[in-house]
Amino acid sequence: MEQHPADAPEHCPGTQSESAGKVSACAGCPNQSICSSGAANAPDPGIQLVKNRLSAVKHKILVLSGKGGVGKSTFTALLARSLASLDTDRNVGVLDIDVCGPSQPRVMGVVGEQVHMSGSGWSPVYVDENIAVMSIGFLLKGPEEAVIWRGPKKNQMIRQFLSDVDWGELEYLIIDTPPGTSDEHLSATTYLQGVNLDGAIIVTTPQEVALLDVRKEIDFCHKVKIPILGVVENMTAFVCPKCKTPSHIFPPNSGGAAKMAQEKSLRLLGQLPLDPRIARSCDEGLNPLAEFPDSPVVTAMDGLVKALLETLSARGDANGCAMDTS
Amino acid sequence: MSVLSGVKHIILVLSGKGGVGKSTVSTQLALALKEAGFKVGLLDVDLCGPSVPYLLQLEDRDVHKCDEGWVPVYADSDQKLAVMSIGFLLKDRDASVVWRGPKKNAMIKQFLTDVYWQDIDFLVIDTPPGTSDEHITVMENLKDLPCDGALLVTTSQAVSVEDCMKELSFCKKANIPVLGVLENLSGFVCPVCSECTNIFSSGGGKSLANLNNIPFLGSIPIDPSLGECGEKGKSCISVKPNSPASKVFKDLVLTIAQGSGMSVD
Repeated sequence: MEQHPADAPEHCPGTQSESAGKVSACAGCPNQSICSSGAANAPDPGIQLVKNRLSAVKHKILVLSGKGGVGKSTFTALLARSLASLDTDRNVGVLDIDVCGPSQPRVMGVVGEQVHMSGSGWSPVYVDENIAVMSIGFLLKGPEEAVIWRGPKKNQMIRQFLSDVDWGELEYLIIDTPPGTSDEHLSATTYLQGVNLDGAIIVTTPQEVALLDVRKEIDFCHKVKIPILGVVENMTAFVCPKCKTPSHIFPPNSGGAAKMAQEKSLRLLGQLPLDPRIARSCDEGLNPLAEFPDSPVVTAMDGLVKALLETLSARGDANGCAMDTS
Repeated sequence: MSVLSGVKHIILVLSGKGGVGKSTVSTQLALALKEAGFKVGLLDVDLCGPSVPYLLQLEDRDVHKCDEGWVPVYADSDQKLAVMSIGFLLKDRDASVVWRGPKKNAMIKQFLTDVYWQDIDFLVIDTPPGTSDEHITVMENLKDLPCDGALLVTTSQAVSVEDCMKELSFCKKANIPVLGVLENLSGFVCPVCSECTNIFSSGGGKSLANLNNIPFLGSIPIDPSLGECGEKGKSCISVKPNSPASKVFKDLVLTIAQGSGMSVD
């Protein structure tokens, strides 16, 4: 993938390119001599650091969506809590790489917590005995503080999050991402290339304007060779609390996630209905699974986790290392 | 060519959070301004997830080059609503734009300098979520231009309001005046029993506005038919004149017109 320094000219061919430092656009660029020497083409030392750090993490899962506001962070939190409740001896980590709009501190109920730096790295914030969270939100003075950074600074932060957090042994590391197909995504996939990433879960809502961006994210995964574990449709239907009539608030005007998954030959892992109680408990940072065990979202999550574990174990078998996910 | 020559007023549509309705608000505002008699441009600087061409059902259209630059796509036959988006430059609607900052910045700069808007009264700029490359580039290039201000769109949820606070800090640092806060997806009225449920809670936009001493511009309830108006190339004001959304946009057009010293037909 292309790499551009912050001070690169507009038509920079990319430091990894064969023509780096040698095309007309490079004239006058402060990095020209490094690029033309080939030094910039060497693999990023961060890749090895990330590999070392994440060697004690069994499964690494990215949560992606081209579109914003479809519920990536809510789903990440629900998934982490579901997986953590399966076996309290197995630890789950949540890494929030949405640098400009971090939501995990709020959704996990740990707003205002601080992270500490020790000899072995940053200690994440523990939400529960076996759930640890890391987010830029813990490094800011308050929720109103804006992180006005261009790409290179965001990349540096993500590198640090991947290589410097002291997770200990984890069964699952779930990485929550911002919308789009840009710096954050490229950095994460670049640094994770050495760690045997299980794959990505694509989150969408049913309407075409979301699916439109989600198809782009699927195209991105193919381009950077990230396996896709499956698709999750969120906010599928809303059931009126008074008369129990289901409504399609975000109408599946082009067939919804089911049709898209079929077209792209992907597995639809599950569909989560809209339950205002779940939305509210996420806003308040409560555990929706414990607060509202009767919610249709909780039932749907059970099925979804089952489907995900099947997919993960099938992938493990295919890779020649059978895993116990029972 | 100088940046945005011939553009009288600029309105930015911002939100820290994705999926809150920035593009829907941008297209509805552009349509409402057009129907009020103004000449309007709509620029979509969301490069990784352009939604405007789909929302206005213009996905099959192309931009052309002329001596003066790129000719935008016109949404109507009288050429009163001009639209520019990276969506018009992509051959395949599923193709991803996998670009880091510098390439995105170069593209946005081209959008700001090379589009031949001709003389327009208002340019509405729709942005991606966040406070990063796209926003910094737009802000840097608008420095000496007649930017009327930013419209912040949020839902009522704490997760969205929090991201909107960050966007507000960005506006302050960048010296962009804030026109106000618009709360979207504010409540859902069941079509069967008319019970209103605040799916994404309620009141968050208003308290954000009060807390920061900025105008609250109204709340738009969840209405699946709002999107359909845009698809027909019409504002909700002309399709559903009595809906709550129409009132919000009518007021918004008046506020913006008054603020810019122009009169509405």
